[in-house]
Amino acid sequence: MPASVTPLYFFVVSALIFAIGAAGVLIRRNAIVVFMCIEMMLSAVNLTFIAAAHYLNSLDGVLMVFFVMTVAAAEAAVGLGIFVLLFRGRKTIRVDEINLLKW
Amino acid sequence: MELFQVQVTMTDLLVIAPELALTGFALVILLMSAFARPERRGFLGYTALLGVVAAMVSLYWGIGVEASAFGGMVRIDPLSFFFKAMILLICLLIVLVSLGYAKREGIGFGEYYVLILFAAVGMMLMASGVNLLIIFLGLEVMSISIYILAGIMRDDTRSVEAAFKYFLLGAFASAFLLYGIALIYASTGTLDLAGIGRVLAEQSWISGRPILITGVALLTVGFGFKLALVPFHMWTPDVYEGAPTSITAFMATGVKAAGFAAFVRVFFYALPSLQAHWTQIMWILAVATMTVGNIIALSQSNIKRMLAYSSIAHAGYILVAFVAGNELGISGILFYLLAYVFMNIGAFTVVILLGKKGEENTLIGDYAGIGYHHPLLALAMAVFMFSLAGVPPTAGFMAKFYVFSAAVKADYYWLAVIGVLNSAVAAYYYLRVLIYMYFREPEREQAIGGFSPAAVLAIIISVWGVLQMGILPSAFLALARQSIQFLL
Amino acid sequence: MLNTYVPVLFLIGLAVFFAVFAVGVSHLLGPRRVNPVKASPYECGMITLGPTHQAVPIKYYIIAMLFLVFDLEVVFLYPWAIVFRKLGVFGFVEMMIFVFILLIGFIYVWKKGALEWE
Repeated sequence: MPASVTPLYFFVVSALIFAIGAAGVLIRRNAIVVFMCIEMMLSAVNLTFIAAAHYLNSLDGVLMVFFVMTVAAAEAAVGLGIFVLLFRGRKTIRVDEINLLKW
Repeated sequence: MELFQVQVTMTDLLVIAPELALTGFALVILLMSAFARPERRGFLGYTALLGVVAAMVSLYWGIGVEASAFGGMVRIDPLSFFFKAMILLICLLIVLVSLGYAKREGIGFGEYYVLILFAAVGMMLMASGVNLLIIFLGLEVMSISIYILAGIMRDDTRSVEAAFKYFLLGAFASAFLLYGIALIYASTGTLDLAGIGRVLAEQSWISGRPILITGVALLTVGFGFKLALVPFHMWTPDVYEGAPTSITAFMATGVKAAGFAAFVRVFFYALPSLQAHWTQIMWILAVATMTVGNIIALSQSNIKRMLAYSSIAHAGYILVAFVAGNELGISGILFYLLAYVFMNIGAFTVVILLGKKGEENTLIGDYAGIGYHHPLLALAMAVFMFSLAGVPPTAGFMAKFYVFSAAVKADYYWLAVIGVLNSAVAAYYYLRVLIYMYFREPEREQAIGGFSPAAVLAIIISVWGVLQMGILPSAFLALARQSIQFLL
Repeated sequence: MLNTYVPVLFLIGLAVFFAVFAVGVSHLLGPRRVNPVKASPYECGMITLGPTHQAVPIKYYIIAMLFLVFDLEVVFLYPWAIVFRKLGVFGFVEMMIFVFILLIGFIYVWKKGALEWE
């Protein structure tokens, strides 16, 4: 990469992706899409870790990325299971229609 | 190439012996539940109980020990020992309660116990991790297990809905927490808590200061979700109401204990040099959490929902001690959490015993006249309610006393005043349950549906804990003080 | 310097301009006459039979979940394989424990019948 591409660029890009993901979670109504937005936030975090690890010349960040990926996969598996279960009972996974519990 | 000279010594294994024991038992139960015939699955719960006891025995080695393991990833010291012991106690009580309840509700298959044990492993890793990587992994192991546990009553739409909400918001919060970790790593160059502390102590101004502050703020948001602090509490009542009651008790006590363990560890171990910054934020969070939790709890008619808001309020009281940040404050956190374990699990166990299969009886009106039909159960409930309200001579009173005096000692007079006013408000909704139990005629005949000796044992342990900590608190306080001595 | 990226930026600008221009102009100038043939999903070719939006059987989800979880473990196997010789016996034992835990999960999944297609 050209020397002038400082880590700052990566931090800005990952911050933007993180913000887009967070906005998506708040705006979108389909649970699967919401969950995809969360995955996007995690990917943005991974980008930060990789950039920081490269810049700091340390392995910790890379190590963290492996674990984040694994955790994200486990979360996705559990999430899909819960969505399927919910859809079987309700015939919807729109987050604004899941409102049996409220005060 | 000494990077590759990895060795695992006996000390390494001893430090995480309780986690290893629970993991081993969980895997065995998983296999047993796959191979055992359905009608013979009753012993799985007892195997889980055995696992918890085995973990407790293996924790015995850690008394008074201070040692790091796995290249400084995890640590056993009086603080992690205290929290590990507390988490195992919670786990023991929950498994005891579950023996009857899970059978009654038809969720007593192996996976239920396996997930409880895995969640406990995650909690203990959070308590003993001194590296942000381990703390994150522990948090996720715990959270993912509890997402499933919340929805384990597969045919109950409310339980599934609770799991759904908890999952989406929990994953959202994890992303925030993780981004906080990433920013702290980017600005300090390490994930090791002691290392972060050193970097911050050496450099009063580091180049990535704004990034660091943002990271700490995001970390606080992430923890705030898990600990159900206002304004990150919106999921709590829904999830607590929908989840199976035993799991609600587990969430209210276990997740909070582990969350505060990691919270204390991160803030007092790694970020003490920023204390002036984060105390102000915690002050606001503490006041908001106490006040909102108590005021909304006033208007609840469902006891599980009321206890959910009450658990939010209690997290607020614990934050008061956190803000105080002195010796009495930090040991107050530990004392409060232990008292909360006894009174909360006890109260939820009574709620469980008063329900039946498919008929939870969780409306406060359902408690009318219980004082006459089930005097002993009502008496236990009265003890727990008095303790939650903070009436002497119970654990809840002593816990509040320590927390508020810590705040006064640290010159946070207003915080202490707001806290005391809040507990006065809270007394109303706790005592309302007592009024229903003793002074109202029952609308219909109540029968205990899920009476089980193990649950009664859990109630007896809880009552003992509440009274012991309320009447003779000095031993417990001394223990809590010893546990945090090395932090100061 | 970042100057090396200027042509790329220029190309992106040009591409965006061209796309917007082409679509915009045809939208502004083109005549619009809707008829049934035009409104059908496929203007040419076969007429579709039945609903096009079919639900995917739930079995696929279960397989997808299992795939996701077991697939991701390879993330740990690759770095391990690269430094396998340097790690020696310790690395081997460690990975065997890891695989053993996975194996228990696999046995559980198998025994529970999650891999049965029918």
